Amino acid sequence: MNIVVCVKQVPDTEAPIRIKPDGSGIDEMGLNLVMNYYDEHATEAGLRLKEQFGGTVTLIAAGPERTKEALRTGLAMGADEAMLITGPGLEQSDHLGMARVLAAAIKALPHDLVICGKLSTDDNASIVGPALAELLGLPQATAIAHLEVDASATTALVHREVEGGVEILEVPLPALLTVERSLNEPRYPSLPGIMKAKRKEIKTSTSTDQKVAASSRLTKLVPPPKRQAGRVIEADADKAVAEIVAFLKNDAKVL
Amino acid sequence: MANDVWVVVEHESGQPKKISLELLGRAGQLALALGGKAVAFVPGRDVSAVARALGPYGADIVYTAQDPLLEPYTADAQTQVVGEALRKEQPTLVLIGSTAQGRDYAPRLAARLGAAIVTDCASLEVDNSSLVATRPMYTRKAIGTVMYASEGIRIAVVLPAVYPVPQADPKRTAEVRAMRIPLDAKQIRTKVHEVQAIKRETVPLTEADVIVSGGRGLRGPENFALLDALAKALGAAVGSSRPPVDSGWVPHDYEIGQTGKTVSPQVYLACGISGAPQHLAGMSGSKHIVAINKDPNAPIFQLADLGIVGDLFEILPKLTEAVKKAKGGNRD
Ligand SMILES: Cc1cc2nc3c(=O)[nH]c(=O)nc-3n(C[C@H](O)[C@H](O)[C@H](O)COP(=O)(O)OP(=O)(O)OC[C@H]3O[C@@H](n4cnc5c(N)ncnc54)[C@H](O)[C@@H]3O)c2cc1C
Repeated sequence: MNIVVCVKQVPDTEAPIRIKPDGSGIDEMGLNLVMNYYDEHATEAGLRLKEQFGGTVTLIAAGPERTKEALRTGLAMGADEAMLITGPGLEQSDHLGMARVLAAAIKALPHDLVICGKLSTDDNASIVGPALAELLGLPQATAIAHLEVDASATTALVHREVEGGVEILEVPLPALLTVERSLNEPRYPSLPGIMKAKRKEIKTSTSTDQKVAASSRLTKLVPPPKRQAGRVIEADADKAVAEIVAFLKNDAKVL
Repeated sequence: MANDVWVVVEHESGQPKKISLELLGRAGQLALALGGKAVAFVPGRDVSAVARALGPYGADIVYTAQDPLLEPYTADAQTQVVGEALRKEQPTLVLIGSTAQGRDYAPRLAARLGAAIVTDCASLEVDNSSLVATRPMYTRKAIGTVMYASEGIRIAVVLPAVYPVPQADPKRTAEVRAMRIPLDAKQIRTKVHEVQAIKRETVPLTEADVIVSGGRGLRGPENFALLDALAKALGAAVGSSRPPVDSGWVPHDYEIGQTGKTVSPQVYLACGISGAPQHLAGMSGSKHIVAINKDPNAPIFQLADLGIVGDLFEILPKLTEAVKKAKGGNRD
C-alpha cells in the first residue's frame, strides 16, 4: 500500500508565543518548532498500515527549509521517504493555495491513501485535508477516530465523531483521511530511527504555482482579550452555593 | 444574487439546528449592510417543515434542495448540491456552521468553487465594504483578523454560540423556492453504515448556553453523575478536561481544549479543573467562567469571573438542589 502523509511544522503548543509588535505575525526567534501534533497521529496511522499491508510511507510538506526538521521526526518514527516543497510564493499562500501545491506533488506519486492531521495547531484551519481530497478527486473521511482497512485493501471502515454520536463510514480506496487524536498513540522515534533519519536525503522541489495569490489574508494578530480575574471566595458550601446561584441569576442571567 | 448572504441550514428531525438559527440572525444583519437578502439553503430528504420554520428567524428567501440521496449526510452529496446551488446563484457570502458536517464539506466546497474560505470565525463584519473575520489561532494564544479578497463567493465557517439565536417573529414568513439539482448515486463514493447515537440526557456541548465541566478533581467516572445532575437541573451540557477522557471516565467527545472542542457558552462552570493552557485553549472564549477548585492557587482562578475555593463534592449536590429550587421546583 502506498501511503502519503502530509506534515506541517508548527510552534510547540507548550510554549508561549510572541506576537510581533506590528501584529503581522509571530516572532520566530527562539521558537521551538515541531511536527504538528495531529500529523504524528497521521504518521502513526500510515506506519501501522504499512506494517499490516507492506508498501511505503512517504511524508510530504510544503514550507520553508526549516520544515525538514519536522519531516525528520516522521522519518525517525519509521517513514520511508520525505519530500519538501519550497517556493517563494508559499508564504503569501492561503490554505487553498497550499492544498493546490500539495495536490500537484501528490498527483505525481502513487497513492492508495493520503493521510493528514485533522488540523494544525497554529492556524487551526482544518482546510487543507478536505480541499486536497477535492483537488485529487478522492473521497474523504475527516477527523476519524477508528480505522480498519479490509484484507484486500480496497476499502477503509472509519468512525467519525459527530454531534451526539459516531458515524460509521465506508470509504473506497484511494481516499484521503484526516485523523483525530483518539485514533492511535504515536510511537516515539527509536534511537536507530533517529540516526537513520539524520542521514536520509529529503527530496526538495520548488513549486512554480503562480496562482498561490491568496483569496484571504491575515491582516492582524493580537493577544486574546485579557480576562480579568474576578472574585475568589473561600467560604463554606452553603455560602459558596448562594454565591454561584446569585452569579448565574444576576450576572450570567441563565437562571 | 450578488449581494445575498446565504446560510446552509443543518437540521434534525424536521427542526433547524441552533447554530443555523444563530447564523441566520447574523446573515440578516450582514445582508442589510451589503444590500442583499438573507437566504437560507436547506438540503435534505424532506425539508418542508424546516423550510417553513426559517422565515420567523429572518430568512428572506428559503431555497430547498430535496433528494433522498442527501440523507444520511455525505461530503460527496453535500458538496455537489451546495456547490451547484452556489454556482447558479452566486451569493457574495455563505455561512456554514463549524460542526462535524460543516468542517467536513466546507473546505471541499471552497476547493471546488475556488472560493475564499475562512474557518473558526468568531466574528464577521463588513468594514468599508470589505469582509473581515476574526478567529482564534495558536491554540487561542492569539486572535487573528483575516480579510477576504473582494472577488467571488466567500465562505465563512462560523463557531457555535458566537451569535445569539434571533427572536422569532411568528408573523414573518419567507418565500420558499424549490431548487432542482441533479444528484446521481454514483457521485456518492462513501457509504454511511450507521450513525450510532450516544444516548445522553444532557444538551450537546456545541448547542449549550451553559456547560458544566469536570477535571481530574472528580476522581472517578462515578462522580460525573454529580455533573449530570447539575447539568440536568440547569439545562446544561457536560464536558471535561483531558484527564477524564484519557482515563476512560468519559467519552472522547467530552474533551474541551486544544485537542478537544472549542466552546463559548454563556457560562462555563469548571469543577476540579486546574486551568492548564491546553484546556484554556478551548474555553477561555466563554462569556462567563465560574470555577470550583480546592486549591486557591489554581490558575483557573486567574480568569474565572467567580472563583470558589472549596470541595466540589460538598458543593455540587447542594448547588444542584439550589438550582432546582431557583428554577421553580422543576420536577426530576
Ligand atoms: C499536546 C497536549 C494537548 C492537550 N490538550 C488538552 C485539551 O484539549 N484539554 C485539556 O483539558 N487538557 C489538555 N492537555 C492536558 C493539559 O496539559 C492538562 O494536563 C489538563 O488540562 C489537566 O486537567 P485537569 O485540570 O482536569 O487536571 P489537574 O491539572 O490535575 O487538576 C485537577 C484540579 O482539581 C482540583 N481538585 C482536586 N480535588 C478537588 C476537590 N475535591 N474539589 C475541588 N477541586 C479539586 C485540584 O486542585 C486541581 O487544580 C493537553 C496536553 C498536551 C501535552
